[in-house]
Amino acid sequence: MLNKEEVQRIAALARLELSEKELEKYRKELSSILDYIEKLEEVSVKGVEPTSHPGGLKNIFREDEEKGKDEERARGMIESAPGEKDGYVKVKSILKRSK
Amino acid sequence: MEIQDLTIKEARKGLLEKEFSAVQLAESFLDRIAKADKEISSYLTVLPELALGQAKAVDQLIYQGRDIPLLAGIPCAIKDNILIKGEKCTAGSKILENYSAPYSATVVEKLKKEGAVFLGKTNLDEFAMGSSTENSAFGPTRNPHDTKRVPGGSSGGSAASVAGGMAVYALGSDTGGSIRLPASFCGVVGMKPTYGAVSRYGLIAFASSLDQIGPLTKTVDDAEMVFRAISGADPLDSTSAPFEYRRLEIDVKGLKIGVPKEYFVSGMEPEVEDLVRGAIKKYEEMGAKIIEVSLPHTEYALPAYYIINPSEASANLARFDGIKYGFSSKDAKNLMEVYLKSRGEGFGAEVRRRIMLGTYALSAGYYEAYYLKAQKIRTLVRNDFNDAFKKVDVLMTPAAPSLPFKIGEKIDDPLSMYLTDIYTVSVNLAGLPALVLPMGKAKGLPVGLQIIGKSFEENTIFQTAKIYEY
Repeated sequence: MLNKEEVQRIAALARLELSEKELEKYRKELSSILDYIEKLEEVSVKGVEPTSHPGGLKNIFREDEEKGKDEERARGMIESAPGEKDGYVKVKSILKRSK
Repeated sequence: MEIQDLTIKEARKGLLEKEFSAVQLAESFLDRIAKADKEISSYLTVLPELALGQAKAVDQLIYQGRDIPLLAGIPCAIKDNILIKGEKCTAGSKILENYSAPYSATVVEKLKKEGAVFLGKTNLDEFAMGSSTENSAFGPTRNPHDTKRVPGGSSGGSAASVAGGMAVYALGSDTGGSIRLPASFCGVVGMKPTYGAVSRYGLIAFASSLDQIGPLTKTVDDAEMVFRAISGADPLDSTSAPFEYRRLEIDVKGLKIGVPKEYFVSGMEPEVEDLVRGAIKKYEEMGAKIIEVSLPHTEYALPAYYIINPSEASANLARFDGIKYGFSSKDAKNLMEVYLKSRGEGFGAEVRRRIMLGTYALSAGYYEAYYLKAQKIRTLVRNDFNDAFKKVDVLMTPAAPSLPFKIGEKIDDPLSMYLTDIYTVSVNLAGLPALVLPMGKAKGLPVGLQIIGKSFEENTIFQTAKIYEY
């Protein structure tokens, strides 16, 4: 069973703001899902290699080079941002002004 | 003209024989959507301007007496997690409510080259997370066979648009059954290709080692045509594999069909089991050889899936930060609050649940016990399939343990919703292709048979399915 502090910690790591009521709801739901997942303890995986993806592909490389500018697409991407100024994505201040 | 029953082949014939024009065909579907979709809600966005423009271009080619590609002028629907340049793409989420796609997915580009007509974007569980399409931020889609029931998910809008005669075919995406379950619940053909057979460029990423795009259609022939059009390597998706589809002729006599005994255990509704066993029996009567096989790690596939899927989702959805795109909370006072509030308010309940589950499974001290262990189980699940495919050509299983359930029935019990995917997730873990074929109804509701094949042997699956269909 997860406790409230653990759920709070997970939510903070995941950058999700939750209300008190939601914390309690997720505490119960996540606990019951994790209980179900405990089933995996029955399986021995000694000596078994992990599978990260089923494709069997190795790394695919390409030259690190500029592929030409697509101004329209770049503009589309910037315009998708909720805050924009002079063709840049706008964010809240990160550094504090020293006094 | 009964447009709602038209297959791709029939629509193409109608166009070539000038029974109707592409514009007339598109208009009839748009009219039908305007009337019938009030009740079903399969579309989130209808695109009349785009569709009629595309149809007009096809009519011009026909008028000039030119050859037209196989899918030219055929009206289709696209799941709303696949990008069409310049059109809204919401992924069923409030966080992307006003997002407009700056480019098109490779599958969309490929269909455009085929002369496709895009009627609109279909509803889905938010970010494709769900088995009922109830998790959409814009309300649920209803099953055309019984509007009190769910269409399955997450590609519920795509399946319902085809089943409801509001598109000739549709594209969906399948991470753990999201094409196959709605195909089964809505009584249409749904196909999840081999991992790597179809480019995911322009599909909003959910769980990247599992996601695939595939077709939902009225017939197996149609599914084969759409699959052929969208498959192939893509330099923009490094996980896509060099693959060229080749049709295959097979003889049902001598076809070896494996039936995994672990798929026929308690928990399945008897009506579903009867229909599935009946279909397998029919193959036997036609001369196929039925062989019981064992996939011993079947019961561990679902719990392993529910570690791998949320872990990858939590990483993929980190990009929705209230800064780069989509919704940003107006109440945030500093940068940290931008993240916390935009994500807290912008994501729905199931998405937050999976992000937290994944964050937990990947967090320091838990990684080995959860994620790494699940990846090892994944190897065992793959090995099970490899062993079975040494003895058989295809596997046949049910697509879902139950008939379509009622809207609201499982929404407050996430675990019971997850269990709906019990027969479909193993296929994604192993990266295999699988097709769901409608094979009849019980209590007036459709039931699907799942046919699983070897990697990149979609052709064997299609031919096997056609034997039953005709």
